[in-house]
Amino acid sequence: MALTIVSQIFPREMIPAVLPLIEDKLQHSKEIIRRKAVLALYKFYLIAPNQVQHIHIKFRKALCDRDVGVMAASLHIYLKMIKENSSAYKDLTGSFVTILKQVVGGKLPVDFNYHSVPAPWLQIQLLRILGLLGKDDQRTSELMYDVLDESLRRAELNHNVTYAILFECVHTVYSIYPKSELLEKAAKCIGKFVLSPKINLKYLGLKALTYVIQQDPTLALQHQMTIIECLDHPDPIIKRETLELLYRITNAQNITVIVQKMLEYLHQSKEEYIIVNLVGKIAELAEKYAPDNAWFIQTMNAVFSVGGDVMHPDIPNNFLRLLAEGFDDETENQQLRLYAVQSYFTLLDVENVFYPQRFLQVMSWVLGEYSYLLGKETPEEVITKLYKLLTSDSISSETKAWIIAAVTKLTPQAHSSNIVERLIQEFTTSLDTCLRQHAFELKHLHENVKFMKGLLPVDKSCEDMVVDASLSFLDGFVAEELSQGAAPYKPHHQRQEEKLSQEKVLSFEPYGLSFSSSGFSGRQSPAGISLGSDISGNSTDTGLKETNSLKLEGIKKLWGKEGYLPKKESKTGDETEALPVPQENIIMENVDQIITKKDQSQVLTQSKQEKEKQLLASSLFVGLGSESTINLLGKADTLSHKFRRKSKVKETKSGQTTTAQNMTRSSFSSSSNVTYEEDYYLDNLQDRGDKEVKKFSLNSELLDSESLTELPLVEKISNCRLSTPSLFADNNMEVFHPPQSTAASLANEISLASSLLEETTEHMHSDLMEVCDNETISVSSYKIWKDECLLMVWSVFNKSASELKSANLEIAPAENFKITEQPGCCLPVIEAESTKNFQYSVQMEKPFTEGNLSGFINYQVMDTHSVQLEFSVNLSLLDFIRPLKISTEDFGKLWLSFANDVKQNVKMSESQAALPSTLKALQQELRLHVVDIIGNEGLLACQLLPSNPCLLHFRVHGDMLALWFRSSCSTLPDYLLYQCQKVMEGS
Amino acid sequence: MQFMLLFSRQGKLRLQKWYVPLSDKEKKKITRELVQTVLARKPKMCSFLEWRDLKIVYKRYASLYFCCAIEDQDNELITLEIIHRYVELLDKYFGSVCELDIIFNFEKAYFILDEFLLGGEVQETSKKNVLKAIEQADLLQEKTEHVSHSKSFVGCKKAY
Repeated sequence: MALTIVSQIFPREMIPAVLPLIEDKLQHSKEIIRRKAVLALYKFYLIAPNQVQHIHIKFRKALCDRDVGVMAASLHIYLKMIKENSSAYKDLTGSFVTILKQVVGGKLPVDFNYHSVPAPWLQIQLLRILGLLGKDDQRTSELMYDVLDESLRRAELNHNVTYAILFECVHTVYSIYPKSELLEKAAKCIGKFVLSPKINLKYLGLKALTYVIQQDPTLALQHQMTIIECLDHPDPIIKRETLELLYRITNAQNITVIVQKMLEYLHQSKEEYIIVNLVGKIAELAEKYAPDNAWFIQTMNAVFSVGGDVMHPDIPNNFLRLLAEGFDDETENQQLRLYAVQSYFTLLDVENVFYPQRFLQVMSWVLGEYSYLLGKETPEEVITKLYKLLTSDSISSETKAWIIAAVTKLTPQAHSSNIVERLIQEFTTSLDTCLRQHAFELKHLHENVKFMKGLLPVDKSCEDMVVDASLSFLDGFVAEELSQGAAPYKPHHQRQEEKLSQEKVLSFEPYGLSFSSSGFSGRQSPAGISLGSDISGNSTDTGLKETNSLKLEGIKKLWGKEGYLPKKESKTGDETEALPVPQENIIMENVDQIITKKDQSQVLTQSKQEKEKQLLASSLFVGLGSESTINLLGKADTLSHKFRRKSKVKETKSGQTTTAQNMTRSSFSSSSNVTYEEDYYLDNLQDRGDKEVKKFSLNSELLDSESLTELPLVEKISNCRLSTPSLFADNNMEVFHPPQSTAASLANEISLASSLLEETTEHMHSDLMEVCDNETISVSSYKIWKDECLLMVWSVFNKSASELKSANLEIAPAENFKITEQPGCCLPVIEAESTKNFQYSVQMEKPFTEGNLSGFINYQVMDTHSVQLEFSVNLSLLDFIRPLKISTEDFGKLWLSFANDVKQNVKMSESQAALPSTLKALQQELRLHVVDIIGNEGLLACQLLPSNPCLLHFRVHGDMLALWFRSSCSTLPDYLLYQCQKVMEGS
Repeated sequence: MQFMLLFSRQGKLRLQKWYVPLSDKEKKKITRELVQTVLARKPKMCSFLEWRDLKIVYKRYASLYFCCAIEDQDNELITLEIIHRYVELLDKYFGSVCELDIIFNFEKAYFILDEFLLGGEVQETSKKNVLKAIEQADLLQEKTEHVSHSKSFVGCKKAY
């Protein structure tokens, strides 16, 4: 009973309290209780996966339970876990296959039969797991071919359950690594489903088809008539599923018909969710495959008017961007824009029609930008129309702002300006501040027509932004100021850095003094002092140098690049852009039109319904039947590039163009808005600053590492002063020595001794570990646990007698890590029989137990082809844990400030009965800092890099150890608890 | 499975079971919307429908609609069978079950559902075993009338 309640809705905070109880129940003698316990754990896994991670082994036990029910229950957990990370459970494929074999073979007790089908739920669960495991993995897939075949064969009774199994089978067959025989059988099954008179099966058949169609579009051809029938099915759900299917097979040839069908459905449906979904799909298709301009604009008009204000804001934005940026050639662009303007012009003519706000916004933007294409006389007319819109009540103030912006853009082109004046009069007294501001801006601009024309050039919605951004016209001013002795402008972060370096210089002096005057008589003190003063002196030097070089560079940059940049270049360049007529496109279009015309004429002549359907079918599957049998998507792409956004070409501009409509609005107000420009200026400089930073990062890196190595030393010494038997210093020395010797021995073997970084001697580091090698090179890696990050070093040793060229080491970005490349990651040459190091500093972004960092190295041997070698390294949470050195009082304060806590009782083994020894073990294994030991209680502290502190509280009573964790990070305690438990069990 | 609803043809909710945490207000809203959409569908139509990002599987038995919400990648047919199996269980326990049975013995209906489904997943597929568990629970109830009364009260409260 209690277990049942536990697995209902259950608060996350209570899990640790009941978890041990449920774990006990896993060993209960009654099956039903074991089963319920497993399901309760499944529920826990869903709520908080990290809290149950230490009992994964018990799940395995449950999988092997002698009772089938318990085993079936554990499958739920596995399904969830495999969904998240299929590679970790590949080894279980064999057992899953055997289980399924037994089930299909009827080896289970009769109790589990359902309508004489053996354990259907179990089968479906297993099939799903297999599908996930076998995805894109030939080896694992091969294991399951037999059993899939078997289940396909067995499930041939005419009952819903068997259909369910069949459906799942088909799904699995198509998701694993393909095998032709199985695919054939699965295709047959789908056929059965689709043709079935039962409506539920038909639905499932369509669903399966939708899934399959991506891999094998020919299947759709076989069932085209059925699909057409389904399209006119009275049940909207079936219709919708069919549309979904069509959406998947859309290509450049059948787009018009499919979108027409979709729009029809769109007009009928009322539910908001469906509309949003469908509108998005239509817009996507239209953008991808549109056959011609007129059609594209019309479709988008339909989308806007139906989708209205519920649709995703990306759609109108994308549409506008497409219009503004254009495609590969100019004439096409002009045509498209012209058509858009014309259609909107006529749309606005229609009286008494209410369009959604979004649509009006789009219209006003387009008219404002491109109505010059209509000819000389029209700006007035357009303004009149827009004015009429403005005065109507049904429009929101946001839309009104859009419209005023459009009017502003049009005013310089218009000859007479009565309406504009009237508009200004009306809106300068408007209650809406935004509108009022726009009106005033318009007013002032209107007073100076010439200036206005220069400011709002025709058809410069994207281009003029580039000019603004570079701000080259300010250079002369800046240069003048500089020559008069003004300080060069430095970007924010540059200034900060300088400040920092100065601070460092200052702060080290007193430190050095303090410990020399304290008269500390430890064995390390002479070395410490000499080292400390050495470094501080050194850092002063470099710090000064750095600031000097910075200033110089800053000035040089200002003079150099921008001074030469001609202001007009970007403008003229765009206008003189060549306008070649792309013949291909036109031919394409013609073909399309011919096809559609043919279709239409045929439709007219043959009025019989059946024929019509067939025709529809032929037009729908046109792309599939003729040429493309295999790779539908790929082909479609090559055909229809023209309506794709030119994302690649304009990548550099995209940052500015995405905000195109905002910018056009603000660009005319920019003259009065000096601060705005200054922002730009700042950005611009910042970019350059970045480059500089890279340049002198070599210097600063040296400085950083040195100054940072000093910090711990200082800390260490102060630590020693506080508590004489400092455990930390001890520990540091202990762990520090052996690895170095082993590493050294290893290093001798592959002549790496010299290559170990200087830093290695300052910090703890792991053993050298070979990660990959071939006949020419061997790559080994080791971790350096620096105080502020984990430094991964990859040493590449060139074994061959010739030198290697353009060696390049790249690390794939990992989900949970922030990886920063240290300088020197791309080396032009690695000499023969020498070693080079690549360094990466790694930070953990969110806590977890273990992660994988993979990458590859590229190199060239003597001008031949380049070779690529892949490797991966495991990182664990422990690599990112550092001791947090705080006093007992600080511990108390911090303890109260943290919200997330986790408690757990752990049994202690006899060997670690005494608290100090336990703590020592933890300290060594996990790099925790022992703050204090008071009686039978111990306080420890650590932090997860970069700065997530975690406090631990230990209390011994009897042979139990009560662990209590508190942290500012919600998940960290769970992970640490897991690690602690591992350590305690291990020792 | 996300939740299960039982309602009559008049749109009266007879039984509800939620496997995802939702506020009462949301639950009410979902229930109202779903009852409307399902009741509006004709008997010849297919018993699956897509609703928001969930799929609804429903089936009508006499005057009662059984309605389950599942996730997108779940198998619809097997959900249909889950409903069927639950109806079979009710039928076996009450002996030709009718709407009144569920109204008056709602706690029993909940018990059976809990034995059959746990946390939104099927836990016991065997009819016999479920009924055996229920019988044992009944026996226990008779023996310690008072204690089990409070227990069932807790159970019902949780279920809501």
